Amino acid sequence: MSLRFDLSRAVLIGVVVLLVAIIVLPVGWLFIYAFADKQGHSTLGNFVTLFTDPSFVDPLISTLILSFSVSAICCLIAAPLGWLAARTDMPLSGTLRTLVMASLVTPPFVGAVAWEMLAAPNSGLLNQLWRALSGSEDPLFDIYTMEGLIFVMACYTFPYVFILVANALDRMPGELEDASSMLGARTLQTAIRITVPLALPVLLAGALVAFLQALNQFGAPAILAIPAGFHTLTTKIWSLFQFPPKSELASAAALPLLLLTVALLRLQSVALGRRGYAVLGGKYGAPRVIRLGVLRIPAAALAMLVLALPLFLPYAALINTAFSPIASQLVTPATATLKNLRFTFLELSSTMPALKNTFILALGASTLGGLLALLIAYIVARQAVVGHRVLAFLATAPLAIPGIVLGVGLFLAYAQTLYGTLWILLIAFITIELPAAYQQLGSAFRSIHPELEEAGRMLGATRLRTLKDITAPLLSTAAVATWCFIFVAVIRELSAAAVLFTSETKVMSVLIFDLKESGDVGAIAVLSLAMVTLTAAVIVVANRLTAGRAAVRV
Amino acid sequence: MRRRSLIQAAALLPLGARVVSAAPPAEPVTQALIDAAKKEGAVTYYTAMDLSVAEPLAKAFEVKYGGDIKVKVERTGAERLFNRIAQEAASKIYRVDVVNSSDAAHFLPWKRDGWLAPFVSEAMARDLPAEMVDPDGMYCNQRTHLSAMAYNTKMVEPADAPKGFNDLLDPKYAGKLVKAHPGYSGTIMTATQQLTRELGWGYLEKLAKQKVLQVQSATEPPKRIEAGERAIAVDGSDYLFWLARERGSPIEVVLPVEGTPQISNPMAVFKSAPNPNAARLMVSWIMSAEGQQFIVDLSGQYAANRQVKPKPGRPALSQIKTWREDPAAVEQQADQIKAQYARYFKV
Repeated sequence: MSLRFDLSRAVLIGVVVLLVAIIVLPVGWLFIYAFADKQGHSTLGNFVTLFTDPSFVDPLISTLILSFSVSAICCLIAAPLGWLAARTDMPLSGTLRTLVMASLVTPPFVGAVAWEMLAAPNSGLLNQLWRALSGSEDPLFDIYTMEGLIFVMACYTFPYVFILVANALDRMPGELEDASSMLGARTLQTAIRITVPLALPVLLAGALVAFLQALNQFGAPAILAIPAGFHTLTTKIWSLFQFPPKSELASAAALPLLLLTVALLRLQSVALGRRGYAVLGGKYGAPRVIRLGVLRIPAAALAMLVLALPLFLPYAALINTAFSPIASQLVTPATATLKNLRFTFLELSSTMPALKNTFILALGASTLGGLLALLIAYIVARQAVVGHRVLAFLATAPLAIPGIVLGVGLFLAYAQTLYGTLWILLIAFITIELPAAYQQLGSAFRSIHPELEEAGRMLGATRLRTLKDITAPLLSTAAVATWCFIFVAVIRELSAAAVLFTSETKVMSVLIFDLKESGDVGAIAVLSLAMVTLTAAVIVVANRLTAGRAAVRV
Repeated sequence: MRRRSLIQAAALLPLGARVVSAAPPAEPVTQALIDAAKKEGAVTYYTAMDLSVAEPLAKAFEVKYGGDIKVKVERTGAERLFNRIAQEAASKIYRVDVVNSSDAAHFLPWKRDGWLAPFVSEAMARDLPAEMVDPDGMYCNQRTHLSAMAYNTKMVEPADAPKGFNDLLDPKYAGKLVKAHPGYSGTIMTATQQLTRELGWGYLEKLAKQKVLQVQSATEPPKRIEAGERAIAVDGSDYLFWLARERGSPIEVVLPVEGTPQISNPMAVFKSAPNPNAARLMVSWIMSAEGQQFIVDLSGQYAANRQVKPKPGRPALSQIKTWREDPAAVEQQADQIKAQYARYFKV
């Protein structure tokens, strides 16, 4: 098969070399550093420190508590919500799905800052309201606690679980449930005995995804954990990276994250692998819709209430802060001010460079990363060259590398060459998003049968012509969706960027983080809103360009 | 009092630098310098000063020279700045033209390692007390500020307010305090060295049990008590407390009875500056009576230049019981201060 095109071997080698440079090398350095002391002699000393020094053990324990709690809460919220959206006649279920996507687009660190505005124990707007209403002295919520951090992280992690569950329920055949009710089971009984067991593997997978997200997240913990007086593993790694970077300890602290992630991903593929048992063959009818009756309106109200937490309340707080002289005051027409807008766009000299860098990187990563993923997906799907499995493995591997760990690895590998340029950030972003992009495009390729291409070839078209006239149009929706996906993900990326940026290569997320450390919440609100608006605009335009087909949806 | 800080620093210079000064002759702002600076067209200013002062200062300089020299302000905590500069140098990235930090100790290794370019402007030689300028002309003190305490008068009655550091250990203040971090802020690093010298580490160990809200920058406690998030700021940049008070926020500044930490803010041109002329022009302007007056009028910090009139309504520095600044000790103790602090405050 490799004879199909002359360049195939060269392309394969080129892609493998590229992937080795951006994935294998950084991770390799990480391992080398983790087992070395400052002089470069091999040692296990870093791990002894890691597992005995309380300043490392405490973050390790905090991170585990955090991840378990976030995962459990996400499942408790997302499973019923996903079921309501997919299987019932609840009104607004389309809106619900769009809004869940919107909370996924919201960067968790922006959510964390917004929740500070809402639920800081004294100045938080919700706590002020609570005091005014109840006359109580004590706050209703304190966001600067482990519970507060768990809550915020759950807000921005549950969409992952929701999407998995809702998609699985969409596809689940209705016949088994029909059979159950024909045999006389009540709705609830059917749900418990048929739907839940069928959805359980997906829910388990969702729980693992949520666990991983919480485990590896940097943004929300960086904003909330430090004022609360504790570190997570990611914030600890980041703090070790202040100059002189304690690369050995940082690498050693990164390895448990890496290994845990690999193990959990294995577990997830086992869980998802079993999903197949529900599909026995033949064609199925559309899943049946469960009538909620009088519960329709309360169900929709409940769903919207849940979405108030990641969306309505935080955005209201951000808008309030953007136009208010002091973040802790509700803005009124009399006090409304453009001071923050003026400061952010006219005075703050980092705004425009950061906007520009972010935009360049998002465009670059989504285009180049998308093309790379497309190329790999094509080679793997059509088995165009020998050794395509290596490519599939390499393209999926970054899934197991947390952003901050990749940042550390890239720094170790390229401190003397690419560090300080946008290239190193571009590499980081492409690497982080490659697995998801590859998986999306890979499944799109699998859905296009090679017969179509072969037909084109038989009719005398060249391979390129076939790709252009047959494959490309069929793939366009998936390609645009992938492009949007990377674009959005790059704009909200903070963890690798926080390790890799320099003063000339600051991106929006890092600028927001910098401003957070000096407490300039007005500018943060303006920048966050600008960032989300930009993201939304890009998604809308990209979707318009693909002939009105909804490219990005749940 | 404020003058002692740089004398202290100077006393530790190698080869008795105070005796044999290697400072270059004072340079006036010539048309040639202006032209060369305009040709460079940009200058990168690394500073720890609050953005509300740093950005207008940068704009004023841009306007002064007809908008032909664009100032890029890179603001973060002094400890972060130190890290970034070291990291960039280690990776052979040279971006910083002018550096201005709230941790005077950083200028000692920079000078020792030959990272700074000597520069003495005309105003520095003429209008600054000699002890405000490094004997070798490597850096000068741009301005001095204090790390003060303050409280929100809506949350604490003046009669109930703390008068000094020891008062803060009263259980009635538990959960009401906000404090910045010496691992981020040069102001707080400098203040912590003075605080632990005067009151001992036992003080911070006890303070850490008061459920303190830990923030990073010395510029944040003023914003937190203004927003009413905590009643009392243990530390923070004094000029921001005053500015909040002057715009009508219910803030009262407390100068602790035990003594107030004093922080000088040296400024230097980097030897590796990509825009050396614009850097010299900017330093010349900031240290001139005009630039210094701009900083004072805007923020009320204490100017180095003798020509400058202090901001009305602020206490005179000479009237305040300040603690002695000791950059050499800060340099020696910085790592230990960060580690010990993290042990007590957990972050």
